[in-house]
Amino acid sequence: MFKKLTLGIATALGLTAGAAFAAGGAGEVYDYDFSFEGPFGTYDEMQLQRGLQVYTEVCSACHGLKFVAIRTLGDEGGPNLPDDQVAAYAEFWEVFDPAIDDFRTATPNDKFPESGLENAPDLSLMAKARAGFHGPYGSGLNQLFKGMGGAEYIATLLAGYTGEEKEEAGTILYENIAFPGGWISMAPPLYGDDVEYADGSPTDIESVSQDVAAFLMWTAEPKMMARKQTGFIAVMFLTVLSVLLYLTNKRLWAPIKARAKGQGQPAE
Amino acid sequence: MSGIPHDHYEPKSGFEKWMDRRLPVIGLLYDTIMIPTPKNLNWMWIWGIVLTFCLVLQIVTGVILVMHYTPHVDMAFASVEHIMRDVNGGAMIRYLHMNGASLFFVAVYAHIFRGLYYGSYKAPREVTWIIGMLIYLMMMGTAFMGYVLPWGQMSFHGTAVITGLFGAVPFVGDALQTWLLGATAVGQPALNRFFSLHYLLPFVIAGLVIVHIWAFHTTGNNNPTGVEVRRTSKEEAERDTLPFWPYFVIKDLFALAIIMAVFFAIVGFMPNYLGHPDNYIEANPLATPAHIVPEWYFLPFYAILRAFDGEVWLVIAVDWITFGIVDAKFFGVVAMFGAIVVLALAPWLDTSSVRSGRYRPMFKIWFWVLVVDFFVLMWVGAMPAEGIYPYIALVASTYWFAYFLVILPLLGVIEKPLPQPATIEDDFNAKVAKSKGGKDGATVATPAE
Repeated sequence: MFKKLTLGIATALGLTAGAAFAAGGAGEVYDYDFSFEGPFGTYDEMQLQRGLQVYTEVCSACHGLKFVAIRTLGDEGGPNLPDDQVAAYAEFWEVFDPAIDDFRTATPNDKFPESGLENAPDLSLMAKARAGFHGPYGSGLNQLFKGMGGAEYIATLLAGYTGEEKEEAGTILYENIAFPGGWISMAPPLYGDDVEYADGSPTDIESVSQDVAAFLMWTAEPKMMARKQTGFIAVMFLTVLSVLLYLTNKRLWAPIKARAKGQGQPAE
Repeated sequence: MSGIPHDHYEPKSGFEKWMDRRLPVIGLLYDTIMIPTPKNLNWMWIWGIVLTFCLVLQIVTGVILVMHYTPHVDMAFASVEHIMRDVNGGAMIRYLHMNGASLFFVAVYAHIFRGLYYGSYKAPREVTWIIGMLIYLMMMGTAFMGYVLPWGQMSFHGTAVITGLFGAVPFVGDALQTWLLGATAVGQPALNRFFSLHYLLPFVIAGLVIVHIWAFHTTGNNNPTGVEVRRTSKEEAERDTLPFWPYFVIKDLFALAIIMAVFFAIVGFMPNYLGHPDNYIEANPLATPAHIVPEWYFLPFYAILRAFDGEVWLVIAVDWITFGIVDAKFFGVVAMFGAIVVLALAPWLDTSSVRSGRYRPMFKIWFWVLVVDFFVLMWVGAMPAEGIYPYIALVASTYWFAYFLVILPLLGVIEKPLPQPATIEDDFNAKVAKSKGGKDGATVATPAE
């Protein structure tokens, strides 16, 4: 929003962060470095594949990805799994098919199943819906270099449980440093070493959180690589066009200005 | 007023003569594109081309989006995700459309403030100004309804808040709101009609743009001096002007290319910068977002709407005098629309005989305060209505009205203007001589000048 531009005046980066979450106290979000930040940042294929594994083994117990087609796991600029792996992966899921009014094994053309738990939100767009536009990671031009902040939020949240619990109206709430308000109803999903990676990457809670956060950034913005490429080509093209038009304009006006200069001098 | 004298189209070939007797469309286009244009126009006169480009961009991308969009409360959000994921180039087209709206408003605000500074609204260009204001109003309506279509959380709850404003109208408010929404609450009827109108209004705008251009082609362009083009003879007019093609077309295209480069950098590298994250959550009538914030281009007027709350003495007084008919809520609505009305009335509120702010030393100061005021309103419109913010909003809103209702009328009487150049030619010659003569050419061509 434009207020971020005007905020430069007010040096109010902290101020807005506070304002955005004023309802329940500001959450704290760590500024993790992700490979896809900045105009030239790209998704790390291996990280997305690890994130997919975490999602499949942990998150999907409760959450869904209803907007994401399984076939897109094979997309370039995404996890880029080979076709046979995508097909094999699809068989892992059961989806409801209205045509036969029953559940059947998924194919790559199906979407991921919806959330299994009623109060577990769908995760397809979570990295964009929770982007800290107003927070320190989305202020000013930060977004250009640091990304939207949604992946940072997810990673901080997953590793941000303090271990405190309380019961409120029959629900157990867990204290979390990133969640606005400080208390979240989702039980800690990760404890460290929850998964075993084939590539031997670290499986401590922070690494795993970042892997799944990167994966969820991809599910939210699957065309990011193509978009940045288009943006780059367009900016290059327009820059060259600007220079050419500048020179054309200069040459076009030169005789007019030369004549005016001759006439303008005595008037001074 | 007759137009600026210039060469008109003469059909030469056999086909042109044949066509010209039946439909003189070539002549119309020729005279439009070759219109004599004051040669001293500065870089603030490029926004018209940018705005025209925006309109075309929005219509072209919009028409494509419609091919894949479903205006149904259960499917709208998913259809937008379908565009973002499955449609070829869909993500880019949608991001262009989303950010195109922002570029449109950046350009229109620059265009409006340029008009305010150089007195472009003054006689004989009042009709151009009024049509421009109508275009601006329709742009706001179109943008607002377009924001509803993705059916995200902000779409839904923003609509509820804004249509709720009409509910504040005394006596008929509830009926009016129901009529607008087609139901007592935001739902399928509202989504359907907003979709329909969002498609219709851009074409109405396109029609008004033609009338806008027609109007200022009749009066001739204003220019940074505010001095009119001499038009007693063609020779004299030609010393003040240059044909629009190629001189201004190339200049405008150069500016447009630079603006496009910035625009594509935003679309390519941070397309959600100007959006709101809550709109990536599907609309849920039962969960209201903590802060409902309109898009940035509505913020100044949103700030004015909220500024006049029930604690302002003027609001309390009006409430009391009208026996509660004009309560705080309705007062805010009136203030918001009034803020645009006073802007539209500028041609009759400004009493100064001098057109350009360049030769009005006192006006200049108040004008720049107004520009700052506009940004302050935009900033405070995004802040929650608590703490110090309502006071800032109140002061800034008061200045907005004071500028148009008090300062503009008074300045014309008390201000002593500086001498203006006799002709546009003199101004142009002096400017060229200055910019090439000294090293500090920058002082001549500040962005606003």
